Amino acid sequence: MGKHEHGAVDHIVPIRMLVGTCIVLLFLTAVTVWVAQLDFNILNIPSMNLLVALSVASLKVFIVAMIFMHLRWDRSFIGFLFVVACLLVFLFIGFALVDTAENEPDIIPGNSQQVQQQLDKLAVSAADPAHSEGGAHGDDHGDAHAEPADDGHH
Amino acid sequence: MSQIDASATHAHDHDHDHGDDHPAHLGHHWENSKQQFEAGKLGMWLFLSTEILLFGGLFVAYAVWRANHPEIFKYGAQFLDTFWGGLNTCVLLTSSMTMAMAVTFAARGKMVAVTICLILTLFGAAGFMVIKYIEYSHKIHEGLLPGISFYEEPHASHLWLPLDELGHEEEATEALIAEQQSAAFAVETQRESELPPPPADAIVWTKSPAATGPEGFTDSKLKIETSELRLFLPESVVAKVEDALPMLEYSEHHEAGELPHLTHPLQDPERPVNAQKFFTIYFMMTGLHGIHVIVGGIVITWLIVLTLIGRFSRGYYTPIDLGGLYWHIVDVIWIFLFPLFYLI
Amino acid sequence: MTTLDTGHHEQPRLAKDNYLTHSSGLLSWLLTLDHKRIGLMYLVSVLGAFFMGGIFALLVRTQLLTPEGTIMGQDEYNQAFTLHGAIMVFLVIIPSVPASLGNFVLPIMLGAKDVAFPRLNLFSYYLWVIGAIFFVLALFTGGLDTGWTFYTPYSTDTNSAMGGVIPALTAVFILGFSSIFTGMNFLTTIHRLRPPGMTWFRMPLFLWSIYATAVIQVLATPVLGITLALLIIERAFGIGIFNPALGGDPVLYQHFFWFYSHPAVYIMILPAMGIISELIAVHSHRHIFGYKFIAWSSIAIAVFSFLVWGHHMFTSGQSALVTVIFSAITFSVAIPSAVKIFNWLATMYKGHISWNTPMLYGMGFLFIFTIGGLTGLHLGTLATDIHLHDTYFVVAHFHYVMMGSALLAFIGGIHHWWPKMTGRMYNENAGRVAWCLVFVGFNVTFLTQFMLGSQGMPRRYATYPADAGFQIYHIISTYGSYVMACGFFLTAIYLVLSLFNGRRAPTNPWGGRSLEWQCSSPPPHDNFSEQPTVGDCYDFTVLEWSEKEQGYVWRSDVPHPGSEADQPTSEGSH
Repeated sequence: MGKHEHGAVDHIVPIRMLVGTCIVLLFLTAVTVWVAQLDFNILNIPSMNLLVALSVASLKVFIVAMIFMHLRWDRSFIGFLFVVACLLVFLFIGFALVDTAENEPDIIPGNSQQVQQQLDKLAVSAADPAHSEGGAHGDDHGDAHAEPADDGHH
Repeated sequence: MSQIDASATHAHDHDHDHGDDHPAHLGHHWENSKQQFEAGKLGMWLFLSTEILLFGGLFVAYAVWRANHPEIFKYGAQFLDTFWGGLNTCVLLTSSMTMAMAVTFAARGKMVAVTICLILTLFGAAGFMVIKYIEYSHKIHEGLLPGISFYEEPHASHLWLPLDELGHEEEATEALIAEQQSAAFAVETQRESELPPPPADAIVWTKSPAATGPEGFTDSKLKIETSELRLFLPESVVAKVEDALPMLEYSEHHEAGELPHLTHPLQDPERPVNAQKFFTIYFMMTGLHGIHVIVGGIVITWLIVLTLIGRFSRGYYTPIDLGGLYWHIVDVIWIFLFPLFYLI
Repeated sequence: MTTLDTGHHEQPRLAKDNYLTHSSGLLSWLLTLDHKRIGLMYLVSVLGAFFMGGIFALLVRTQLLTPEGTIMGQDEYNQAFTLHGAIMVFLVIIPSVPASLGNFVLPIMLGAKDVAFPRLNLFSYYLWVIGAIFFVLALFTGGLDTGWTFYTPYSTDTNSAMGGVIPALTAVFILGFSSIFTGMNFLTTIHRLRPPGMTWFRMPLFLWSIYATAVIQVLATPVLGITLALLIIERAFGIGIFNPALGGDPVLYQHFFWFYSHPAVYIMILPAMGIISELIAVHSHRHIFGYKFIAWSSIAIAVFSFLVWGHHMFTSGQSALVTVIFSAITFSVAIPSAVKIFNWLATMYKGHISWNTPMLYGMGFLFIFTIGGLTGLHLGTLATDIHLHDTYFVVAHFHYVMMGSALLAFIGGIHHWWPKMTGRMYNENAGRVAWCLVFVGFNVTFLTQFMLGSQGMPRRYATYPADAGFQIYHIISTYGSYVMACGFFLTAIYLVLSLFNGRRAPTNPWGGRSLEWQCSSPPPHDNFSEQPTVGDCYDFTVLEWSEKEQGYVWRSDVPHPGSEADQPTSEGSH
């Protein structure tokens, strides 16, 4: 406390350390991109890529929090707060996953009515030129064509 | 943000005994700078934990959807470009570093270096948003949108191919190109002065979108001047030409004969049910994050102004430190968003 | 009972320059950074909203007097109960104790000059005001009929839901941030502004409960924020997050909502419990029993609050496994709650109870909260909940907790700190009569609703079958609510009157020992002219009644803890 004139902070992170940290973070980014392209199917572990990606991301966040965000030198309560917030998110995710795993797959087995209507509309507009090729009366087709063309612009 | 910096209320300095050693930035209810700084820091961290919980809700939605419908995410992620996402990660990480540097320089009292670092950080924020803009406008043009908008035909897609009703892509394309050519020949041969009276099933086509569209007919064979054209074409031909537009747009961006490596979702029979959910959660999460980047940019701009007018010193730079913490949390969120969306 | 001029001997300068008279003019209030003034502004605003919500409550009760409905149609009824619920929850109960009484009392109790971030404090007050304006806007843009929970698809179905949904959602979103900032402020204040000597376990229990509340406010409210933001986007653009037609999950909405709103129930009750700890101890003039148990039980309730949200969803198609887990954890909430109840009872045991209005509210709380808490166990039991879910049993249960406990403790707290806030004593006898009306009216209103619910009357219905036997209960309940309303009006009248002709309040009218009773009534602008000495805030043996002061003063035969540290002997007494 007494070390500094006004005693605002106890620790200053050296520039060299910040640059080093950034290089490590960029390297980890490259690693995670590279790992994402690997095929882990041989190992027969489902969502291995996801696990690796999230682990690397967590490591990166840990580094950012510890050094950039100064957590390493801060009061432990602040770190505790950060961890508690993350734990709450995990808790939330955990309960929501356990619950929805049972009913979510049943929510909609196929396209809902709303989606199907929209898809039907699209199918009509795709089929329309073919209609007009063999069509006999011009006026009707002109209108019918104008509608889907308008839709496309919204 | 600005409220967290509890700066001076000079009026009350006379009220208590330590008024004499009370610096201007110190609120009347604080004992000393250190107490104020640590309180500001705790307040900021409390705010950051609310940010974590705020995004936490979206992470829950993401987890629930992805765990139950992994195929949607596998499918949707093809339409994101890892290059742009990775580049943005690098931009944010670097700007996080410059922000941390600004804090270090501030603690050492080097205010010029602080200004430079903050400006670099601001560039990072701007760069991130530019890249985000590129990505978003691409998605919007392709019609890769959240919710029901996903099922509307895009108007400027590079992936969209005109198909016949059976979904035969190549035949349809060929047929269309042939039609266009005949249409173009018809256009070229029928100048207004030479025009015969319009046939019964023809429509008057003056500056219609197809004829006047920007570079509508860029293919050399089809290039026509449209300004004074009044065409009398059978309506079926008009329709064909209009339908060919996406194909022509596509040919602008790709080598002749090359088909896109991706099929537009709406034309893809393999598209999983509710494929739009990927784009819903993508836009929600990156959108909320983007809002935070913008707010961060505003905060950094404000810090630059305060630094330039000499508000900070070695003894007082709390806002820089707290603004830095905010900027880092924006980075932290993105560190998770990147693999969750771009690296599936 | 007459105004005594003798009171000025001990405290000559304090009454002249207090926070009310420190500066004048409207702007000095609107732009004030003084936590006391902000607290008072909150108090007035919250009570205004309470009046509005109360009107809607009376409308709802009046409607149910007759089976076919008395005064309005189905749509109006839906709006009335929705607005009653939404206003009472978001505008009244959640900000009531922390934002008004907490703002006023917390820094003084702590021995600080202000909260950590005074500007943020003012900002969160104005967020409250903006939120309230949006609520009024919701009234005028087509109303709101979704219920206060904004459940999907009621809130997202643009065909049936009304135009006021988006303004109301915006209002709650903004109010959420007001609550978050208040919580941040209090947490930081308690952590960083405790003066030397004020250790964690010397803090009055009110501060412990405010601390636990603030933890919940900070960590739970953001989830409400994102939920409502998504709901607004969903409704405005139809992106289908919670809409099954677009692959969304309406049950996920309930997870989102209750992840906040269950903890929010503890945002309502925890500060009330803190008030009760003060009321019971001070007015029994006896050291609080089991200080650490009460303190830790507040923290335990805060922790449990995050683990039980699923008990609102037992009948929503939640999976069996999760349902059982949530039910089990729900039962464990009873433990810290009961710890508090038993400790309060033990505090009263052999105490010298003063039958003041605050104490009456305190004892009423014990009665009402016990009923409210225990009926919660009925609802936490899976089998009975299937029968009782969405009936008047639930309505009665949460009114016993949210209204009978949280709000009445708030009213009790207002009485307790009224002399401190205004410098005036209210008419004690009027207070006792009003309490009787409120207490009796409340129980008549809601005890009958337990019976209604267990016999199958569903909540949120504008009409009911004439031959089902419900009407007699509805009539009793409605008359009870009128009695309660009379009690509140009486309270309002004598409190307002006391501002004009009330006796000047002494420094310590009740015999409290926490720091706010050491500064004058009303407190000076900076709370303490010199740093107060922190002692055991529940050791009342050192105080005695002074006829001259008409208040409590330090005992003449006990050395005043001036320059020396406080007595270690009183620490170990419990």
